[in-house]
Amino acid sequence: MTTETTFINDEYKYGFVTEVEADTIPKGLNEDIIRMISEKKNEPDWMLEWRLQAYRWWLNKEEPQWPMLNFEPVNYQDLRYYSAPKKMADRFKNEEGKIDPEVKKTFEKLGIPLDEQKQLEGVAIDAVFDSVSVATTHQKVLEDLGIIFCSVSEACEKHPELIKKYLGSVVPYTDNFYATLNSAVFTDGSFVYVPKGVKCPVELSTYFRINAQDTGQFERTLIIADEGSYVSYLEGCTAPMRDRNQLHAAVVELIALGDAQIKYATIQNWYAGDKEGKGGIYNFVTKRGHCRGKNSKISWTQVEAGAAITWKYPSCILEGDNSTGEFYSVAVTNNCMQADTGTKMIHIGNKTKSTIISKGISAGQSANTYRGLVQVLPDAFGCRNYSACDSMLMGDQCSANTVPYIEAENSTAVIEHEATTSKISEEQLFYIKSRGIDEENAINLVVNGFCKEVFKQLPLEFAVEATKLLEMKLEGSIG
Amino acid sequence: MSEKVYFEIRNLHADVEGSPILKGVDLKINKGEIHAMMGPNGSGKSTLSNVIMGHPSYEVTEGEILFGGQNMVELAPEERAQSGLFLAFQYPVAVPGVTTAKFLKSAFDAVHGEQNIKAIAFLKELRANMKYLGVREEFINRYMNDGFSGGEKKRMEILQMLTLQPQMAIMDETDSGLDIDALKVVSKGVNKLVSPAFSLLVITHYERILNYIKPDHLHILMDGKIVFTGGSETVKKLEEKGYDWVREEYGQEVLAGREEASKV
Repeated sequence: MTTETTFINDEYKYGFVTEVEADTIPKGLNEDIIRMISEKKNEPDWMLEWRLQAYRWWLNKEEPQWPMLNFEPVNYQDLRYYSAPKKMADRFKNEEGKIDPEVKKTFEKLGIPLDEQKQLEGVAIDAVFDSVSVATTHQKVLEDLGIIFCSVSEACEKHPELIKKYLGSVVPYTDNFYATLNSAVFTDGSFVYVPKGVKCPVELSTYFRINAQDTGQFERTLIIADEGSYVSYLEGCTAPMRDRNQLHAAVVELIALGDAQIKYATIQNWYAGDKEGKGGIYNFVTKRGHCRGKNSKISWTQVEAGAAITWKYPSCILEGDNSTGEFYSVAVTNNCMQADTGTKMIHIGNKTKSTIISKGISAGQSANTYRGLVQVLPDAFGCRNYSACDSMLMGDQCSANTVPYIEAENSTAVIEHEATTSKISEEQLFYIKSRGIDEENAINLVVNGFCKEVFKQLPLEFAVEATKLLEMKLEGSIG
Repeated sequence: MSEKVYFEIRNLHADVEGSPILKGVDLKINKGEIHAMMGPNGSGKSTLSNVIMGHPSYEVTEGEILFGGQNMVELAPEERAQSGLFLAFQYPVAVPGVTTAKFLKSAFDAVHGEQNIKAIAFLKELRANMKYLGVREEFINRYMNDGFSGGEKKRMEILQMLTLQPQMAIMDETDSGLDIDALKVVSKGVNKLVSPAFSLLVITHYERILNYIKPDHLHILMDGKIVFTGGSETVKKLEEKGYDWVREEYGQEVLAGREEASKV
């Protein structure tokens, strides 16, 4: 029998734990563990070989020290690198694999119905529980258009040519400490391929859920938009409340070929730890998009509202002439949360354009840093960038930093950068309250207004979700 | 409190950062009456309006503000608004990212309850009021007071007043900085609300607005106290003679107090 424990908590309602029998491997990290993961996933030899190369590279790497973050070092030997609901473990060997009912219930509680008849209209979802993808919805609609939307493990098996061609082509395994670690031990994630000229008619979405204790989540997402295609992708994430820190080190690679467009949105609500900063997710993520073809476009939108520590810079390599990169971000930190997040826009092609809109909101004793790089290479002519980084402080114990790097090596580049820091003002709150609106709602109005430019990039229902999430996160942070 | 006395201030004393500004204000406004409050710079006019609405920077050290049977001093600003009080600000504040429509709907719902009006009916009413005040339709989707001119902000205050339909409003120097045409429009808006069920306190520096909004009573505030109360005929007297006659009548005490206040 399985049981379910729910922790009642207003601040983090996704903090419950699902009791499922898990198929796990021993703690620790070495070549045998990696072989074990690869075997569990029934991978071809070339995949195992790639993982081992990454692992050997990782052994000689050190954690980056430059972010403005303070945390206890992670003991990588004390982590478990694979955990799957037991009944699902054989999924890739057995065509008839049904989803564990407890896991299904978990996703329903998170608002993600997996049953065919209850599925959200217009959104195809890949649900990832701990280390494996447990269900992918709306398969039929997508298949008819030739769109591949499945777990990375499944793609390795069914579409090895695409995996071989694109995996690691934007974020190589040598990239950085966490991305290298991910390359060695990644367990699952989503794979998307949109064929030439196809506009994907539904939003594609992945929902990540960390459940097991002392388990790292290392998912890997790979999205390829072939020439002239379009796809919009959303990811959401939650985890139970635990008093120990958990590691989430994901890698996301996006590839847009000529005239293709990818929109990638994240609503991140990992458990952030308690008020004193105990527990919470370490969110060390490498996300990068590559505009390979002419006129291609990649947009990142992120609402970072959870995790004890966020270290994340969704970036665009603008190689194709006239390609466009966009980054819209809202990062909210409260209590003892720390965020060091931003983007990199690398202008390689001529007439490439990029836009960066970053909104940081800090409350409690939290620290919120925007870190960004705009780089224009010497032979990239006629490039433009516009950056606006605004910070809002609530209370007087939090901090906000803006660290913009601009490296323009071509004199035709036009780069604009604006930055503001404001405190939520007493005058503003009094004005709104004098119209009958109470303090909590007055703050919500001001904060939502502040984030408006970013929220309007999200599909409507997710914008509503993001608005509510912010309200929840900042509850009681003034006064 | 008698049925007729609607709004009453009793012996109101208030400080800002420890220094006393209001030093015992007494004022009674009956239902349906329009009162004007005038006074030289530094007399405490704006402090009075902020204190009535509950600005957190001002501390009431003594006295009461009674409205609808409740002492406003004990209530939060939003509760004062919910009980039917409205302040048209001298310096309205911008709320970037929040459209006029969103702002006004949130305020309306907070004051009158969400169920009372549907969004479509609300917008229809809002458009009609905007038209009445000569506010261009595009303002419905502009962010509240964000990048508005002084005159636009003042019109927006009156639009808010028309939308929220308060029972008692205070206008804090709404006329300052308005040209004659804008002043006429603003007055037209205010007069639309005037009824036996609506009371109004017009705080102003200039007599001009009182040609368009006719007060039943006029008070002169000096050094944190009401030193003179008269009928509408006083407007003319002030226009002709300025404040000198008040000073003459009320002597050195007021003059000294005024100088002190202007140093602050």
